[in-house]
Amino acid sequence: MQASEGKAEGDSRELLTFTLGSEEYGIDILKVQEIRGYDAVTKIANSPEFIKGVINLRGIIVPIIDMRIKFKLGNVTYNEMTVVIILNIAKRVVGIVVDGVSDVIALSAEQIKAAPEFSGAMDTQYIKGLGTVDERMIIIVDIEKLMTSRDMELVESAVS
Amino acid sequence: MSIDMSQFYQVFFEESAEHLANMEGLLLALDLDAPDPDQLNAIFRAAHSIKGGSGTFGFTDMTGVTHVLETLLDRIRKNEIAITADMVDAFLQAGDVLRGLLEAHQNGTIADEAASRDICARLEALTRNPTGAKNPTGASNPAGSEQAVAAPASPIASSPSAQHIYKITFANSPQIFPGENQLQNLLEDLGNIGKIENQQIAADAVTLSLTTHASEAELQDIFSFFMESGQFTLASQGDAGQAAASEDAGYGFFVEPEQIKAAAEDAQGFGFFVEPETIKSDTENAQGYGFFEDVKPPPSPAPTAQVEEAPQRRATDKAPAAAETSIRVGVEKVDQMINLVGELVITQSMLAEVASKMDPVVHERLVKGLVQLERNTRELQESVMSVRMMPINFVFSRFPRVVRDLAVKLNKKVQLKMVGEGTELDKGLIEKISDPLTHLVRNSLDHGIEMPDERIAKGKDPQGTITLRAAHQGGNIVIEVVDDGAGLNRDRILAKAREKGIAFNDSISDADVWLMIFAPGFSTAAVVTDVSGRGVGMDVVKRNIEGIGGRVEIASREGKGCTITIRLPLTMAILDGLSIAVGDQLYIVPLSFIIESLQPKAEDIKEISGQGQVLHVRGEYLPLIALHEVFSIPPRVSKPEDGILVVLEAEGKKVALFVDNLVGQHQVVIKSLETNYRKVPGVSGATIMGDGRVAMIMDVGALVKLLH
Repeated sequence: MQASEGKAEGDSRELLTFTLGSEEYGIDILKVQEIRGYDAVTKIANSPEFIKGVINLRGIIVPIIDMRIKFKLGNVTYNEMTVVIILNIAKRVVGIVVDGVSDVIALSAEQIKAAPEFSGAMDTQYIKGLGTVDERMIIIVDIEKLMTSRDMELVESAVS
Repeated sequence: MSIDMSQFYQVFFEESAEHLANMEGLLLALDLDAPDPDQLNAIFRAAHSIKGGSGTFGFTDMTGVTHVLETLLDRIRKNEIAITADMVDAFLQAGDVLRGLLEAHQNGTIADEAASRDICARLEALTRNPTGAKNPTGASNPAGSEQAVAAPASPIASSPSAQHIYKITFANSPQIFPGENQLQNLLEDLGNIGKIENQQIAADAVTLSLTTHASEAELQDIFSFFMESGQFTLASQGDAGQAAASEDAGYGFFVEPEQIKAAAEDAQGFGFFVEPETIKSDTENAQGYGFFEDVKPPPSPAPTAQVEEAPQRRATDKAPAAAETSIRVGVEKVDQMINLVGELVITQSMLAEVASKMDPVVHERLVKGLVQLERNTRELQESVMSVRMMPINFVFSRFPRVVRDLAVKLNKKVQLKMVGEGTELDKGLIEKISDPLTHLVRNSLDHGIEMPDERIAKGKDPQGTITLRAAHQGGNIVIEVVDDGAGLNRDRILAKAREKGIAFNDSISDADVWLMIFAPGFSTAAVVTDVSGRGVGMDVVKRNIEGIGGRVEIASREGKGCTITIRLPLTMAILDGLSIAVGDQLYIVPLSFIIESLQPKAEDIKEISGQGQVLHVRGEYLPLIALHEVFSIPPRVSKPEDGILVVLEAEGKKVALFVDNLVGQHQVVIKSLETNYRKVPGVSGATIMGDGRVAMIMDVGALVKLLH
């Protein structure tokens, strides 16, 4: 992963894009393990509202976070169309609920612009840059940094 | 061709640690008045193996210590020196030094050289000047006396093995001896057990003849540390005295070198070697010596001595064979297997649940197959779990030494009895139980057992007894530390409690008083010794044991002694639990905490203003905890009389847990929530139910604490 990022300028990065409300986000596709539906979540007592609980992913207990609740975006409904992206970050497996998964796109380095200071739903420290594809603006998120942050209350050390 | 030795270091460390532990155990078991030659041999072998290994890996400091140790041991086992308590002490000390060196090499730290020097000096002094060396008891030994110079020491007693002369040829090449020292080590080794003559060191081969008491197998042992079995030949030239005599006579008695080689090859092939001129030996070989034994006995030792020896030798020969039936496997491999089998069990119960909804008449074969699958998975699970099981002896075996050292230090007389050392429990538990148990044993010895004169005054045996007992009891392992000492002193504990500001009722029961010693910082020891002042209090013992799902109980009788009982689950990976429902959520309560479940009558629930509710059951008032309140779940029933109360006991306290409903009893595989998430208060883990959903396992201890 490190090596590919350090390659020549023309080298492009593949991103998985998903929507939250009207915004479109992109995350490094290498962090994505799989995409599945929302099903059979067991609640965790006294956890924040955006932590929906845990699921059994083929014998692994995986916590599920609803990004829509966390960032107050989109309609929080759960049906057969609700999508969970299973991420593999910091040696942990975590699922996030989003409005929808749209695309896998390749962005070259010059297509990515530094993010200005703006007041989006997400803190700018987790945003790597902004990309443009077909007039759509994609917010590129450092998902690993975001998920291990204190905000997400996922990791013990970040919480205590 | 140089081999990277470092890859074998770990094996050497493990093996040496085992040898050291083995040696210590044997030393402690040794009867000084009549040492068992088998045990002496085993001790010697352990020391020798460590020496060989450390020499191979270039840990010269260890080789040095073991060398001196071995020299003394060798003379003891040959009955040249009688073993004394002083020597056993020195051996134990040497064992400690070696363990220190081993750890130093393992962790890459610097070992205490002074300790090595001290112990070497002590052992050498004992070797030179053994107190009470044995006088030769048997009749004269012509072979021995004639060649007495050969042996490092004095006359040989009734040892049935006379001296042999071996003609030894081995290859000499840089592959076998990477450094000059290695060859020197080997020659030194040989020099230690006998006298080297006619030594010729050529560039490619070394020939020498050796006069020694050692048997051929022992020589092979020495050589096998340095080279492959094909790279050396040993040929016995028979009884020393006889050989010398024949040499004197100039009689063409020697077998030609080629023949010797051939004979030696035979020896490798068959495991024994019949000396040409002693066909008589056939009968003795048939008795099962397994290796060459000199058959020209010195005139005096009675044949019975040899007959007696035969079974002993056979017994020692068996040991390596037994070792080969086990293999070393990394713990992570076993754990992975356990995890996979856990998955299999879950999948199996999922299938069983699906099948239970099908018509058994239509799907008869499927149902039958699933029943068989269930049986097979259960058996598989049991046998995989048993791989992790180890006898508790791994922990117990250290205590004879602990007790011995401590008793000497405190001038007390104590014997340690161990019962049920074969009781098996999970490896993870073994590791975690050893520190608390050590503390309890030290405590019993330090505070429990009285001084000998005090015991005599009380009419007790001056020697105190500490008993370690392990047994399976239901689904638990029960470990008891029993002493016949003074017992706990109620008044002293209460005085201390008052001093500490712990509130209690004057009519407090004994059991509650005993539990006070588990309070943090609680010590009633009149004098703080370095034994009791080790920083690990009883509170830590209790916390450690509860940390692995165990419980501690104390029973004590003043003047009679004290019994501390530890109850542990069989394994940490599987749990028997009761599933309970609250709202739409399912929780697992570990069965070991549950006392009873009941449906209360409205009049049994009493309100205490501002304190919540209590349940009145059989004369006891138990605080009521509503699970839906603790876990903030909207419940289906809000009145206790409509739901179920589960009476739980943890940390010595009872509570009634109010839940909606009981669902069923399950054996569940414990999964950590912390792998992908973090610790959740009130929850000790999670599991996957038969329908594939996740259920949380309640942390009853934390729940009870929540109340106080």
